[in-house]
Amino acid sequence: MRLEIRENTSIVRLVAALFIAVGFAMAVCSVLIIWGGASPVDGWILMIKGALGSKFAVSETLARATPLIFTGLAAAVAFRAKLWNIGGEGQFYIGACMAILLGTRGEMLPSFVMIPYLFTAGAIAGGLFLLVPTFLKTHLNVDEVVTTLLLNFVVLLFVNWLVFGPWKDPMSMGWPQSEPVLDSAILPILMAKTRFHLGFVIAVLSAVFVWWFMAYTTWGFEIRAVGSSIKASTFAGMPVNRTIIRTALISGGLAAMAGVSELCGMKGYLTTDLSPGFGYTGIVVAMLAALNPLGVVASALFVAIIYIGADSMSRAINISNYIADVTTAVSLLSVLVAVLLTKYRIKRG
Amino acid sequence: MDILGLFIETGFWMACIRMATPLIFGTLGELVCERAGVLNLGIEGIMASGCMGGWMWVYMGGSLWGGIVFAAFIGALFGLLHSVFTVYLGLSQHVTGLGITMLGSSLSAYVFRMMLPKATTPPKIIPFQTLDIPFFKDIPFFGEVFFSQTALTFLALAAVIVVAFILFKTPLGLALRMVGENPLAVEAQGLSVFFLRTLAVCAGSALMAVGGAFLTMSAFDAYYIGMVNGRGWICIALVVFSSWKPYKALAGCLLFAAFDALQMRVQQQAGIAIPYQFYLMMPYIFSIIALIIMSRKAAYPKALLIPFRKGER
Repeated sequence: MRLEIRENTSIVRLVAALFIAVGFAMAVCSVLIIWGGASPVDGWILMIKGALGSKFAVSETLARATPLIFTGLAAAVAFRAKLWNIGGEGQFYIGACMAILLGTRGEMLPSFVMIPYLFTAGAIAGGLFLLVPTFLKTHLNVDEVVTTLLLNFVVLLFVNWLVFGPWKDPMSMGWPQSEPVLDSAILPILMAKTRFHLGFVIAVLSAVFVWWFMAYTTWGFEIRAVGSSIKASTFAGMPVNRTIIRTALISGGLAAMAGVSELCGMKGYLTTDLSPGFGYTGIVVAMLAALNPLGVVASALFVAIIYIGADSMSRAINISNYIADVTTAVSLLSVLVAVLLTKYRIKRG
Repeated sequence: MDILGLFIETGFWMACIRMATPLIFGTLGELVCERAGVLNLGIEGIMASGCMGGWMWVYMGGSLWGGIVFAAFIGALFGLLHSVFTVYLGLSQHVTGLGITMLGSSLSAYVFRMMLPKATTPPKIIPFQTLDIPFFKDIPFFGEVFFSQTALTFLALAAVIVVAFILFKTPLGLALRMVGENPLAVEAQGLSVFFLRTLAVCAGSALMAVGGAFLTMSAFDAYYIGMVNGRGWICIALVVFSSWKPYKALAGCLLFAAFDALQMRVQQQAGIAIPYQFYLMMPYIFSIIALIIMSRKAAYPKALLIPFRKGER
C-alpha cells in the first residue's frame, strides 16, 4: 500500500471530503451514545434542536462561535507558517487580563473609543506574549510546541493568582473573580435578551481581513512561503525570521482578541473558567477549515453547534457532555485523513 | 529549617523518587518514539487514558497488575492510531498528536462519567502498597528511600535499563535508532520502516500510559478529570533535556522531581510570603528553562517529523 500524489485537487472534492469526515466522526460518536444507553438519532436531533432550534439557541451558538473564530484564525495563520502556536489558551487570558487592566478605569472614554482601544491593547499584549517562545525558536532553536503549551499553564496560574489576590472584587461575596469592566467597555448585544454580542461581527470582519491579508499581500505570501519551505524562502531572499516573528504577532494578537471579546461580551469580569479550552479548540477549528480563514468562520459555527447542542442533549438523555469534546477530536482526526486523500490516492503495491 | 537540611531528610528524597516515577515512564516512552523519528504529542492524552483505564480496571474488580497491563494496552492502541496517521499516511505529527491528546483526554472523561454517573466524591481503590522489603528497608537512608516505594517505581527503573539495553545493545535497537536518523538506509537493508516506527510508537505509548496509571494506582487512589495536568508536556521537554539518552532521561526526571519536591517544601515553610500559584508555576518554568539550556546543541534525531514515503526522497 502506498500513497500517490493526485495531479489535480478540486475544491468540490475537498468540500465533499470534509463532509464525509464529519459524517464519519458522527458515526463513531453514535457508537458512544449507544454505549451510554441512548438512541443516537434522538441524540443528534436533540443536539441540532439545542443548537439551532430557537432564536435563543441560535444566539447562544453564535456567541459560542465568536471566540472560536478568533482562536481558529490564530491557529490557522500560525500553522500556515508552520509556527506551532499551541498557546492560544494562554494568549486568550493575556487578552482578557488586558481588558480588565485597562477597561476598569477611564470613565471619560465613550464606548466607541474604549472598545477598539481594548481590542488593540489586548492584541498587542497577546502578540508580544507569543514573541517570547517565538524568539526562543528563531534565536535559540527551542521547540515552540512545548514552550507555548507550558506557558498556558503558567498564564492560567497567574490569572488564578490575580482573581484570588490583587484583582479580587471585594463586592463578589468571596467568589474568585475580578471587578467588572466599565459599562463603556461592554460589547453591545445584537439581539435583544440574548448573549449574542458585537464580538461576532468583529470576529467575522477579522476573518475577512486575515483572508485578504494571507491571499493578497506580500507579507501574507511570505507567511505561506515560509510555511511551505524555509529553504526555498531563504533562497528567494525572504526575511524568514522576520516573517515568523510577524506571524507570531498576528497569531498571538488574534488569540488575545478572543479573550477581550469573551470578557467584554459575555461575563464582563475575569474568572479562571472564562475559557473552557477555546485556545485548544481553535486548533481543531483551524484544521477543520483546512487553514482557510473564511472556512474558519464555518468550522467555528460547526464546532459551536456541537458544544451548545451537546449541552442540551446531555441534559435530555443523560449522556455526559464530554461527548462534544470527543466529537470534535474525532472530527479533527478524520478531517486530517480526508484532506490528505484529496491530495493523494492510495495505491496497492 | 534551612533548605540544606532538606537534603539529608529521607522524606524529601522519598517524595522526589515518587514524583519522578510517572515522568520516567512518560519520558522513556516519548524517547522511544522520537528515536524512531516520530514526535508523539499524544502523550498528554495517552497518559490520561492510562490514568483512567488502569484505575477503572481495578475499580471494576480487576487486579492491580491487570490494571497496569490494561493501561499499557490502551496506550499501545492509541500509539497504533498515531502511527497509522503519521507513519503510514505521513500526516503532520504535530496536529495528529494534538488530536490524539484531545481524543485520549475527552474519551477518558466521557467513559469515566458514563460508567460512574452518580459519583459525587471521587470513588477510591486500594492502590499499590509500598514494598517494605524486610531488612532492606531498615538500611539507613538508602534503604529507607528506595525500599519504601511501590513496585511501579522499580518497574520504571527496570524500564530504563531495558530500554537502554534494547536501544544500544541489540540489532533491533540499532534498527530503531537508524529509522529515526536515516530511514532510506533502513529500507536499503530490507527492513520495513513502517513496521519499525509503528513498533516504537506503540511501545512508547504503552510506557506513557503506565506512567499515567501510576498517578491513580500508586501516587493517589482516585481518578479525577484533568489529573495529568501537563505532565506529558513536561516529559517532552525532559526528552530534549536528556539528549534522547535513557540514563540521562532518568537523571533529568530525578533532578526535575527534586526541584519540584523542593519548591513544595519551601512553599510549606515560607507560608504565604509568596502566593502559592507562583510555586505551582515552577515545574512548567523549570521545563522551559531546561529546554532553553539544552536546545542550542540539541541533536534531534535527523528524521524526526519527516514522514517516510516509499519511492519519495
